[in-house]
Amino acid sequence: MGSIFSPQQIVNGLQLGAIYALIALGYTMVYGIVRLINFAHGDFFMVGAYAAFGSFFMFNFFLPPGNALAFLVLILAMAAGAAIAVITDHFAYKPLRYKPKLSSLVTAIGVSMFLEYVFSAIPVIGPSPRGFPEVLPKKMFHFASVEISNYVIVDLAVAGALMIGLTFLIQRTALGRAMRAVSQDKDAAKLMGINVDRIISLTFLIGGAFAGAAGLLAGLTYPRIQPYMGILPGLKAFIAAVLGGIGSIPGAVLGAFIMGIAETCATAYNSLLGEGIAFVILIVVLLIRPSGIFGEKTADKI
Amino acid sequence: MKKSYLVALGLAVSAILPFVGCDKNKEVVIGGVAPLTGEAATFGVSTKNGYDLAVAEWNAKGGVLGKQVKLVFADDKGDPAEGATVYTKLIEQDKACAIVGTVMSKVSLAGAPICQAAKIPMIATASTNPKVTGVGNFVFRACFIDPFQGTVGAKFAFDDLKAKKAACLFDVGNDYTKGLSEFFKTKFTALGGEIVGFEGHATGTSDFKAQLTKVLAAKPDVLYVSDYYSDVAIIAKQARELGFKGPLVGGDGWDSPKLVEIAGPAVEGCFFTNHYAKEDKAPIVQDFVKKYTAKYNAAPDALAALAYDATNIMLDAINRAGSTDGTAIQGALVKTDLKVVTGQVKFDGDRNPVKSAVIIELKGGQQVYKTTVAP
Repeated sequence: MGSIFSPQQIVNGLQLGAIYALIALGYTMVYGIVRLINFAHGDFFMVGAYAAFGSFFMFNFFLPPGNALAFLVLILAMAAGAAIAVITDHFAYKPLRYKPKLSSLVTAIGVSMFLEYVFSAIPVIGPSPRGFPEVLPKKMFHFASVEISNYVIVDLAVAGALMIGLTFLIQRTALGRAMRAVSQDKDAAKLMGINVDRIISLTFLIGGAFAGAAGLLAGLTYPRIQPYMGILPGLKAFIAAVLGGIGSIPGAVLGAFIMGIAETCATAYNSLLGEGIAFVILIVVLLIRPSGIFGEKTADKI
Repeated sequence: MKKSYLVALGLAVSAILPFVGCDKNKEVVIGGVAPLTGEAATFGVSTKNGYDLAVAEWNAKGGVLGKQVKLVFADDKGDPAEGATVYTKLIEQDKACAIVGTVMSKVSLAGAPICQAAKIPMIATASTNPKVTGVGNFVFRACFIDPFQGTVGAKFAFDDLKAKKAACLFDVGNDYTKGLSEFFKTKFTALGGEIVGFEGHATGTSDFKAQLTKVLAAKPDVLYVSDYYSDVAIIAKQARELGFKGPLVGGDGWDSPKLVEIAGPAVEGCFFTNHYAKEDKAPIVQDFVKKYTAKYNAAPDALAALAYDATNIMLDAINRAGSTDGTAIQGALVKTDLKVVTGQVKFDGDRNPVKSAVIIELKGGQQVYKTTVAP
């Protein structure tokens, strides 16, 4: 019996963590800006996976599976995730922006169910699971006792590149400064001439694009997609964001990798423990440090 | 309540309608039930074809007890309530002396108490739920039950694949896959093999890497995966990603073209147990495939084979009983030892068949008959 902390399990955990991280970033950014826990975020991830699935078959007519095709599919998955996020914000959340927070929260749950059931009802998508194609030819690398496929590398590289890009955007650009300003104080930001609605839309756009990218990576790594695939990863990424401190970007990333590794190692210890460990973590965090690892102390709670 | 109501209804209907064409001296009447409409309609078509083919053959050879056989067919629509009605109708109105069918366990479970109460022997064709034959001593089945496949899989892995170490992966939320794995484990250990991993996974998950990494660390020769095809496809892919080169072995849940479609080369050279293979070279199988294809212009599936077998087992028992009395037929059925398409059939104490299973290999993206394994 291999140890539950074997190097291979850590690699498995990192791979899972990379996908959680991309989803968790969307949760945490939206929370940071509009103080909304967007429960439909997991479904943006599902939309991204289906967009990747569809665009693969569209472009596969004139492109063989490979880097160029994978890149195109990634862009389209991100675009689809971004589009659905912006549309959702515009129609579902924007009208409730200055209403009690509970209204938006309930709406988010409604949007989540709406997306799941609409996707199940569309005949070309349907409720039954579909196998996800190999957008990239699979290659295996062998390091000592660890098997690493190029998918592991792609997952980590895409997640890493997007995270670095996001950090740069937020810390070094005028847009990022505006985003930080809106997250600190919407009214003051408005007085400083920042178009708050545009910043909120952009936040949804970025969060949705990241979820879309995660959809493609999940499709590649765990090659089965179905309309309800976003529920559990969405929930676990949300817990990862809470663990890292909701609203904190490095917190979401760290929380996601901790979650990925914890889940993998717990599953290795006992297969049933893995499914539950996320919720154990949530309870422990809420009891011991409700603001999470990097979280700021806030008085108001959802 | 519901059943007694249906029985009463059946009695009322049979009292009103005059008996039609039921001359007990000229023919032997048996009932055949299958879901010809409803959610399992394709199963029903194959099953009815199987019944009709077997009856036609017996009649060409002179029938049973010197009389022609008449099979009265009834559509259960895949619905237990409808099933109860048609079983009652066949017994009360058509005076069937025995009944073959039906396909779905839930419908067979509705029909079985009616047959038991009327002391009319019944052979369910493809109902795998162990409870079906548990209803009473007049209820038999033609298919093997789920746990048996695990036993056969273990025997095949140990004897034919020469595996010494095996690991099992199953869905903890599904009795079918859990049962298969448990019986695999028991048999494989009894044969002298070692189970180096026995891991469940949650229903609906797509990430099996943690479990796979854990069991593969112990270097098993084979991986027994008793899941349905869509899980199997992902498990196979992820096992290959983690460097597993050996074969995967599973049960009839693998029997879908989708498996190869999703998993591709990952399931190449893997094996699963099934009821029957039309590529089996045994003369009885080839003869059946030839006759069936000639008559219906389609290749017979496992359901057709099981229906054909159920009818043959029943008519053979009537012949040996020398009478159309239900109790006499039941007594003959218990002593069945007949070679049929899906194997040499004997019934165990629970009226489940003891017979061989076939092993199907996935080769070049196709299902290829590999071998037959006796229990």
